[in-house]
Amino acid sequence: MSRDISRRKFLERSAIGAAMAVLPLTLVKVAFGEKEAAGKKTGVEKSAKPDFTFAYISDAHIQQIEGNKFVRNWDQGLKRAVAEANLLVPKPDFVMFGGDLGQLGKKAELDHGAEIMSACKYKTRYVMGEHDYYLDMGAYWEKLFGRQYYSFDHKGVHFVVLNSVLTYDKWINKWPSAEERMNQMAGLDNPNGSPFMVGEAQMKWLRQDLAKLDKNTPVIVFSHSPLQKIYKGWNFWTEEAEQIQALLKPFNKVNVIYGHVHQIQYNQIGTISFNAVMATAWPWPYPQSYAQAKSSLPVLTVPMNRADPFFERDATGWQFIDVYSGKVAANYILPDNQNRTVRYNEKTGQPEDMKYQDKRTIAQDHY
Amino acid sequence: MKRYLFPLSIVLILVAANQPDAKFVLSDFLTDTSRLGLPALVVPADNPITKEKVLLGEKLFRDERFSSTGKVACVTCHLPEKGFTDSPLKVSEGIDKLTGTRNAPTAINAAYNTSQFWDGRSPDLEDQALHPFVNPVEMGLANHDPILKIVRTDPEYVKQFRKVFGVEPSGITIRHVVKAIATFERVIISANSRFDRWHFKGENTLSDKEILGFDIFLNKGRCVSCHVVEHTTALFTDGKFHNVGTGINRVANDDIARLSSEFLKAKYSSTDVDLKVLGDPKASELGRFAVTRNISEVGAFKTPTLRDITLTAPYMHDGSLKTLEEVVDHYNRGGASSDKEKITHHLSGGIRPLDLTDDEKAALVAFMKTLTGRQFEKFQK
Repeated sequence: MSRDISRRKFLERSAIGAAMAVLPLTLVKVAFGEKEAAGKKTGVEKSAKPDFTFAYISDAHIQQIEGNKFVRNWDQGLKRAVAEANLLVPKPDFVMFGGDLGQLGKKAELDHGAEIMSACKYKTRYVMGEHDYYLDMGAYWEKLFGRQYYSFDHKGVHFVVLNSVLTYDKWINKWPSAEERMNQMAGLDNPNGSPFMVGEAQMKWLRQDLAKLDKNTPVIVFSHSPLQKIYKGWNFWTEEAEQIQALLKPFNKVNVIYGHVHQIQYNQIGTISFNAVMATAWPWPYPQSYAQAKSSLPVLTVPMNRADPFFERDATGWQFIDVYSGKVAANYILPDNQNRTVRYNEKTGQPEDMKYQDKRTIAQDHY
Repeated sequence: MKRYLFPLSIVLILVAANQPDAKFVLSDFLTDTSRLGLPALVVPADNPITKEKVLLGEKLFRDERFSSTGKVACVTCHLPEKGFTDSPLKVSEGIDKLTGTRNAPTAINAAYNTSQFWDGRSPDLEDQALHPFVNPVEMGLANHDPILKIVRTDPEYVKQFRKVFGVEPSGITIRHVVKAIATFERVIISANSRFDRWHFKGENTLSDKEILGFDIFLNKGRCVSCHVVEHTTALFTDGKFHNVGTGINRVANDDIARLSSEFLKAKYSSTDVDLKVLGDPKASELGRFAVTRNISEVGAFKTPTLRDITLTAPYMHDGSLKTLEEVVDHYNRGGASSDKEKITHHLSGGIRPLDLTDDEKAALVAFMKTLTGRQFEKFQK
């Protein structure tokens, strides 16, 4: 191979980051919901439903040590995500925070997290996470951020925000103190935990909220837990997943975006595309400890085969999401790593990783 | 990829190529023991090392006529006795004492770099050599034509280019020029330091304090995670780009937003980037982002080698830290050059407060002073 080819390869390598970060921003925008515009390469199409971008930051787990001392690592993750989101060109229309702003639901944690988030230059909306909720059943969070579940419309898309981290009253009432209840729910692989759910009242509200919509309206649902059943032991789970999916099924374009899992996941069930978002705090699965410094990672009972990361931000991140033709392209900004994009593929009818789709290890189906 | 390793036989032939310079003797770099601690050198297949090409490269490297004032050569900022930097200058001085924004990186072991310049905007030594000639604050030429005019007419150059590349004067291009310069730079190798002899050969060349310093380097100081030491060799760099809080700490968020937006909107060529980052101190601090436009690389710069570090003060991409003690303090604070300095939110996740004691800091500095290659020991004070 000649020198020139190796140089070209170098330039291509250099451009990977650029392409990942810039590509979705410089694409010819397809007029919203108007397929015929896809072939035109004349720039932004005039439309009542233009394409747009929003940023998504999630799972910051701001943790108080004592007084005004907080875990530096988690603070840094959130600060960095906000600082980077502020640099986006073109600017995102709004920012979603996907839940678990605090670690143990304390006022000090939610206040500190809200203060870091206040550096964000855009309109910001919040999703409830279990770490925000189980100390005071969401009371202080509501005071800071408003209703626990709600919907809004933006540029032709109907957005639904759910509180999907509720659970059975019996479990809620069994603990001697609010702190104990919070600590029990904060353990990810805790056999004393309880499955997440949206509950009857919220199901009823969701049914009514969706009932008035035209079935061609693109719907994007934000929840903290996945609205699909992945693994109950880790609460990668929502009890009423099937019922919620049944309510969403009649719509032609549906996306569910969730946090909680601290990793990139994507899936397609019928017309519903699922995308998970990254955490700014720690990766899951995570190593048992950082060897070289005291760490504040939660105690882990499931070991995993990942080397200790020197770079605290490795395997964490945040994302900006392009909404085009009613479907989502999630662009993951992954510090100390390769950025990734998971985009809906019209041909295959499912979300696909733009780089790794063909390089996946096929899931093990026998043991 | 078809490349070959630098053969020992050529090294031995080059030993005979003695230079008149009293201080810098090319043959010093080319003995068979000089590579202790370094991996095999990979040489591009289309630019093999020959003795004649090295000598031509050195001549070009030292030629001041390749600047608009006739007073600046490559060697002006890459002085052998200063570890191939312009120490103690903070940032380099080009024509008419014009200054850029960055501290001259050493040419020592640059052959091992996976990219060139502090932000890696150049892929290799050949490409790198193209840019300083035409940067307005470096050598200030409008284009490469004046260089070609000289090498096509100067009888000595004509003779040497014919011998090295088999080209007639009219056929000499800037590619020939940079290939020769790159070849000279490729043999500027430094290894076989006191550390190498202790670590890789088991010789008793380090003091207890220096050995403690290496322990701090590996463990509590966490230095080795970027300044890599492998089992049999040590380049003391990972070749990657990290935001360590240097320079960028002092740029206001609004300036970062304004400049990054400019780079995201405009599609700058590598020449544009060269002009922008050396011409504007604030744009310079965007670091690797200016090249990749990846917003998670704002303020990130390439990990430099630590070999011969005592010769190359001041330190960091902007030369902002005067001594190794200041560098250690910067990292000990978790990425701040003073207690008052506010640390950037774009900081690398690898940088965090280290909690080193004064004794541990002193040992770490003592360790770094053992990394001077045998050929450069005579320049170490």
